[in-house]
Amino acid sequence: MKNPSLISITDFSKEEILRIMELAADFERQPQQRRPDGHRLLEGKVIATLFFEPSTRTRLSFESAINRLGARVIGFSDANNTSVSKGETLHDTISVITSYCDMIVMRHTLEGAARYASEVAGVPVVNAGDGANQHPSQTLLDLYSIKKTQGRLDGLRIMMVGDLKYGRTVHSLLEALSHFNTEFTFVSPAELRMPAEYKRLLDERGLKYRELTELEGNMADEDIVYMTRIQKERFNDPMEYERVKNAYVLRREMLEGVKDTMKILHPLPRVGEIATDVDNDPHAYYFEQVRNGVWARMAIICYLLGAKK
Amino acid sequence: MAGQDKTMEVRLIENGTVIDRIPPSALFKIINIMGLDRDTEHRMTIGTNLESAAMGTKAIIKISDRYPAMHEIDRIALFAPEARVNTIRNFTVVEKRRVEVPARIEGFVKCANPMCVTNHQPVETAFDVVSEAGEVVLRCRYCEKITRNFGAKPDTY
Repeated sequence: MKNPSLISITDFSKEEILRIMELAADFERQPQQRRPDGHRLLEGKVIATLFFEPSTRTRLSFESAINRLGARVIGFSDANNTSVSKGETLHDTISVITSYCDMIVMRHTLEGAARYASEVAGVPVVNAGDGANQHPSQTLLDLYSIKKTQGRLDGLRIMMVGDLKYGRTVHSLLEALSHFNTEFTFVSPAELRMPAEYKRLLDERGLKYRELTELEGNMADEDIVYMTRIQKERFNDPMEYERVKNAYVLRREMLEGVKDTMKILHPLPRVGEIATDVDNDPHAYYFEQVRNGVWARMAIICYLLGAKK
Repeated sequence: MAGQDKTMEVRLIENGTVIDRIPPSALFKIINIMGLDRDTEHRMTIGTNLESAAMGTKAIIKISDRYPAMHEIDRIALFAPEARVNTIRNFTVVEKRRVEVPARIEGFVKCANPMCVTNHQPVETAFDVVSEAGEVVLRCRYCEKITRNFGAKPDTY
């Protein structure tokens, strides 16, 4: 592999994405894998989780994955208690911590911070979110959830709903799915449409997509409905937000007539865009999706550290 | 002062570089990125809004005894893709070069994304030069965002 870090989903080829899917499935079947010498796969390794910006859930998911692999965790969940608050540069923080560990998992508010850290660090870096830019482990757990529920990645119909303009998760997921002959449906208010650069990518790869402004009544042929949150601060006009917000709330009665195998995903946290009466519906998958995050992250960590080829 | 020739002859240079076919709107950017505004050593003649058969109007820069390196030429190409760089020795053009838009640009363009790490940390910028709907734009190697109107980063040159 040319780059042993994972900063952007585009760092992984289609083959590497598929390999991560296989490894994640292996870990789900058998979480407590051991080396031939009887030790756990990453016993003796130290992995640093550097959360310059707090994100409890993502950090705990990574730390759960690290612990299950038998490695030890060092790090911080809030940069205010570190030398960063004294004005230390990212370069120096990473240069120091790279001496203490075998891998760095980091989240930062600045876009591009993880790519830069990967140039400075002497160990693999996993980007756990750099501002609004990339969060590739989220994309891989989304893909794993899709693969697991549909049995394949090729030739699926995927609907993306909500803020398609600013939502980094839908952009990265689109980039990853563009390897797999996906047919997309984009559902959003006019202000929050999928940006032209992503539609151009689909055109270049010969993939079909349609753009809609209505959710209700349009899910019949979809295999996956990927919901995202619409943020009030994205609207210049608060009246406009009030007008559109209810149009993108998924309610149980809207699920009549959808495919039996259709699953609803959401990167969470949700704030009202999926009504709670959907939670017990067999199409709801967003809480299982979270669990898949641990398997996907175990796969990513082992792959980058060469513990699994 | 009848009979006196009122035109001023722009001196030929004996040795140095002539950058020709610069769009007048790009002239000051080029002066800026080549650091010519801080060059107190080499003799220079700079002309702009000159007539040009090929371009309508053009700007030209003549610098004595200075020969820009390839990476400086690359920078010119971003703003003046049609520019010609002529090397002069002993009053004669010994080399005529067209500029080429480089595949990568490092260190002098500022990323347009205010949340990019390069705008907050002492990190040299780096871009891939990409074509987007026929327009040459820069994609930041760090934040992956597109920069269209390349302003130069003031503290790096």
